[in-house]
Amino acid sequence: MAAPIILLGAGQASASCAAKLRALGYDGKLTIVGEEPAAPYQRPPLSKKYVSGELAVERLFIRPLSWYGEQQIDLRLESHAVALDPAAHLLTLADGSKLPYSKLLLATGSTPRSLPSEIGGRLGNVFTIRNLADADAIAPALKPGAKLLVIGGGYIGLEAAAVAAQKGLTVTVIEMAERILQRVAAAPTSDFFRALHQSHGVTIRESTGLAELLGADNRLTGARLKDGTIIPADLAIVGIGIIPNDALARDAGLAVEGGILVDGQCRTSDPDIFAAGDCAVFAWRGARTRLESVQNAIDQGEHAAACLLGAAPDYDPKPWFWSDQYDVKLQIAGLNRGYDSTVLRPGKRPLSQSIWYFQGDKLIAIDAMNDALAYALGKKALEAGRSPDRAALADPASDLKTVLA
Amino acid sequence: MPKITWVLDGGREISANVAVGHNLMEAAVANNVPDVIGECGGCLSCATCHVYVDPAWAAKTGKPGEMEDDMLEITTAERREMSRLSCQIIATEELDGLILHVPHI
Repeated sequence: MAAPIILLGAGQASASCAAKLRALGYDGKLTIVGEEPAAPYQRPPLSKKYVSGELAVERLFIRPLSWYGEQQIDLRLESHAVALDPAAHLLTLADGSKLPYSKLLLATGSTPRSLPSEIGGRLGNVFTIRNLADADAIAPALKPGAKLLVIGGGYIGLEAAAVAAQKGLTVTVIEMAERILQRVAAAPTSDFFRALHQSHGVTIRESTGLAELLGADNRLTGARLKDGTIIPADLAIVGIGIIPNDALARDAGLAVEGGILVDGQCRTSDPDIFAAGDCAVFAWRGARTRLESVQNAIDQGEHAAACLLGAAPDYDPKPWFWSDQYDVKLQIAGLNRGYDSTVLRPGKRPLSQSIWYFQGDKLIAIDAMNDALAYALGKKALEAGRSPDRAALADPASDLKTVLA
Repeated sequence: MPKITWVLDGGREISANVAVGHNLMEAAVANNVPDVIGECGGCLSCATCHVYVDPAWAAKTGKPGEMEDDMLEITTAERREMSRLSCQIIATEELDGLILHVPHI
């Protein structure tokens, strides 16, 4: 009897891959191995409606628990893989068990970057947001009147800031770069969200470095900034990026470079080992690419399923992403990497606008704020490879459908 | 709990009782309805939970909201008069017996 296909990691990529394997007719043994106690669940709501208490935990699960049994998927939770032997096709778990596989998908995800313990990174009430346990730990600390310090003005930090501000906390966001969202968005998008947060009473401090977190009795009391200022804080949320979980692959001798290297077939440097999701890095449009998004986890996970069963066309992602902050929905289509200009198009509703990213004359991405039509039509244009005329695009009186036709 | 029926392309039917307050995208996913994906988790960003409401039920499910209407521009299957994103239809007792047609994608 053939050894099972093992999907390592019990997140969105594995869940999508498993469902796709069955949908494609694979009826052999299938095992999902994950470290967390929970079956695969949606992570995006953790920093939004889940941590705010609006969404119950049951509604995070990607599939009901019964589905795994019905699909004859052996779901092994709280299982930590410690070694991988590609030559022997063996995965070793922390409890010593050795799992043989015919093919293996590494969908090990990523880990939030944390602050070093020398500068207070391990103090109590200093949080990162990646998994259910993180959100469950933060939720009770979000008390009205408490002082929250958010370190890092990226999407996750800003989402947490929005939830906290709405709960009546006093929120300060510090960002080392010149502007919030600098790594992921153009200045007009940063400007929009800075103003939005400020209108909700959040203090945004850019070009501001952290010197150290301060504590007493192992609990956070505040932070000292690089300019010497002391900010008092009851809790801190650190959102300074994620690190792909590629150590197991590296130790097994697989090619790893800022993530687990895969080809268009999701294949690593070992022919029977594949990777997908946050942990995988692949060549796309002439550059090494690692996409940190649920879109990529789902699509690459599904793509990996086809590749595990045979050949498929090369993975060609259609990136999209979203963020909810207060009453603003940001929707992003495309990848703005390498843009050289942007066009701002005012929207038709309050707090609505879209930013269109160009590389030369080619449209490469869109940030749409409370403007689903711009997002939807822009996404369609991107996928069809159409680029609009900029002057027409910037004219709020123009009809977007005509401009993008 | 209202009973909801999904009619798949090809005629197969899947029925389930859905908790009041849950949206019909999550109900479809929980009941393994093929072709209802719900990639964005129900936040109006992907249009992968597109369904056609049975015309007999149009009055009870109502019309798409403004953002939903915009998002219906990017459904994979063609948009029709009865098109809705099922994440925006919330189960109520009033919808007991609702029939949704699921396009194959």
